[in-house]
Amino acid sequence: MSLLDIRNLSVEFGARAKPFRAVENVNLTVKEGEIVGIVGESGSGKSVTMMAMMGLLEKQGRVSADMLQFNGNDMLNMSARERRKIIGKDIAMIFQDPMSSLNPSYTVGRQIMEVLTLHHGLKGSALRDRAIELMTLVEIPDPARRLEAYPHQLSGGMSQRVMIAMAIACKPKLLIADEPTTALDVTIQAQVMELLLNLQKTQGMALILITHDLAVVAEIAHKAVVMYAGQVAEVSAVPAIFRQPHHPYTQALLKSIPEHSKGTERLFTLPGIVPGQFDRPVGCLLAPRCPYVQEQCRTQRPELRVADHYAVRCHFPLSAEGQR
Amino acid sequence: MKTILQATDLTRHYQVGQGFLSKPQRVKALNGVSFSLATGKTLAVVGESGCGKSTLARQLTLIEAPTSGSLVLDGQDVVGANAAQRKAMRSKVQMVFQNPYASLNPRSKIGTQLSDPLVINTSLNAKEREERVRIMMAKVGLRPEHYQRYPHMFSGGQRQRIAIARAMMLNPKIVIVDEPTSALDVSIQAQVLNLFMDLQAEFNTTYVFISHNLSVVEHVAHDVMVMYLGRAVEIASKTALYAQPLHPYTKALLSATPTIHPEDRKIKIKITGELPSPLNLPAGCAFHKRCPFADERCQHDEPQLRAFGDTQVACHHVERIN
Repeated sequence: MSLLDIRNLSVEFGARAKPFRAVENVNLTVKEGEIVGIVGESGSGKSVTMMAMMGLLEKQGRVSADMLQFNGNDMLNMSARERRKIIGKDIAMIFQDPMSSLNPSYTVGRQIMEVLTLHHGLKGSALRDRAIELMTLVEIPDPARRLEAYPHQLSGGMSQRVMIAMAIACKPKLLIADEPTTALDVTIQAQVMELLLNLQKTQGMALILITHDLAVVAEIAHKAVVMYAGQVAEVSAVPAIFRQPHHPYTQALLKSIPEHSKGTERLFTLPGIVPGQFDRPVGCLLAPRCPYVQEQCRTQRPELRVADHYAVRCHFPLSAEGQR
Repeated sequence: MKTILQATDLTRHYQVGQGFLSKPQRVKALNGVSFSLATGKTLAVVGESGCGKSTLARQLTLIEAPTSGSLVLDGQDVVGANAAQRKAMRSKVQMVFQNPYASLNPRSKIGTQLSDPLVINTSLNAKEREERVRIMMAKVGLRPEHYQRYPHMFSGGQRQRIAIARAMMLNPKIVIVDEPTSALDVSIQAQVLNLFMDLQAEFNTTYVFISHNLSVVEHVAHDVMVMYLGRAVEIASKTALYAQPLHPYTKALLSATPTIHPEDRKIKIKITGELPSPLNLPAGCAFHKRCPFADERCQHDEPQLRAFGDTQVACHHVERIN
């Protein structure tokens, strides 16, 4: 059984009469210990999907789904009190910018200990010892002294390690990392990624990695989910998706990164930009930009079709040669 | 090949006061960097935060004067120049900034922002200025009706096009580009990079391309300078650098860069720790504390840039580790 099972999740914002669907019919399954990479450009609904799953959008948006199950619990019809027992404990999240997600007025020690008090009721020296143990686990040098440090005294990489320490404090079954290394330098990014991978292995967590960097997904994920304008465009295994993309958007993303077109003068580009709130096309969302567009694409929105090893939302998926 | 800019031993130190009784300290942001720029080529400057990339950009754009060293731009020495000469030189070097959301004035129309450089630096009348602006807008892929619009009406990619148009207005010899695509999405990044290449082909502009994204650098650069803590550690042609990186830091950077074909990766070097503070640089080689090849000599003897093949590299052990 899957650890996380999301079926037909939609999120709407704005007036009921004229809603904006930021996320539309998203399906996602995550098995225990699996690393899933969610890739997409800004506004594709990667973060909103995760926030809806955690129940963080009740005030601002309307979340609907056929199923939203985590570890056998129905997250959709759960009371806020019950949900809070799971969030932060079994599901933890780390964010893009560690500098702004830590509270600048408290020491990092206090912020780590808060989680432990809340979910485990630890006190006194046991609490302190566990906090030091966690900081050692995330490879922060001189942890006993760093407990007393304020976030501004730490570098970006160190702050992200503190965030990770807080996230894994309760041995979560699922860790959601939202662009965890985007704000970090390359060598630090590599260190943080390796730390996340090690923890994922030793603690047996599942990891959802939200990113816009295909290369990061290629490096560590087992499965890639490509999102475009609030929909899942393609789900496929790594590295198969990089060798043989089935959706024209996946193919375009791959072709437009410089690494893919080494030695060429010009990069491949998709014309235009991601459709916004008011200019979503009637048919396939990619239709205005797609190089292979046909009449059917403009009038009829494709469903996500599930094949053996992949799923793709396209009327005319690409064949093995990358052509139709 | 004509050299448009020659920097020799360029140094910039900042004094930071620690408080009222303590002694002021010096941040050695740029610590003796020498390089030359060839006309119409792209030099990529690569390094992590705090390595002095942006300080270098501030020297090259004449925003600040270097603490010591010389900078010769188009045959003229920058350091000894008077105010009028400096103003004339400034229009030869323009800059495109990292964040197009912050680098455009939100209260001024695109047409106005693009003609400002002409107002300041030329004696063209309003009609001629508008004509020049419209020609440039067409070149960077903006539509004529955008002339009357404000920055908030544009997407990130379009804003970066506006910023590029603004930098190109005076037909500069050199454009300093500071992380131009790091705030943009992948598919938009490709459009902007293509635009840079097209403009270079048309105007023969020289670029100094500051970036930490090594796969972007591999695409646009002709030459690459790798910096670490205010010093150049390796200067090489792009082909040489990516085929055979010589300095351990360059190797580490390349092996840390994520790639879509991780199974093809040739070099696998892991470095530990973080950048030391530029307030108290370590003695000897600045990289020795993180370097897997460091020995006794690296701790007290600072390596200078020297030629190794066609590459310049600052490492005592180039011969041993390659």
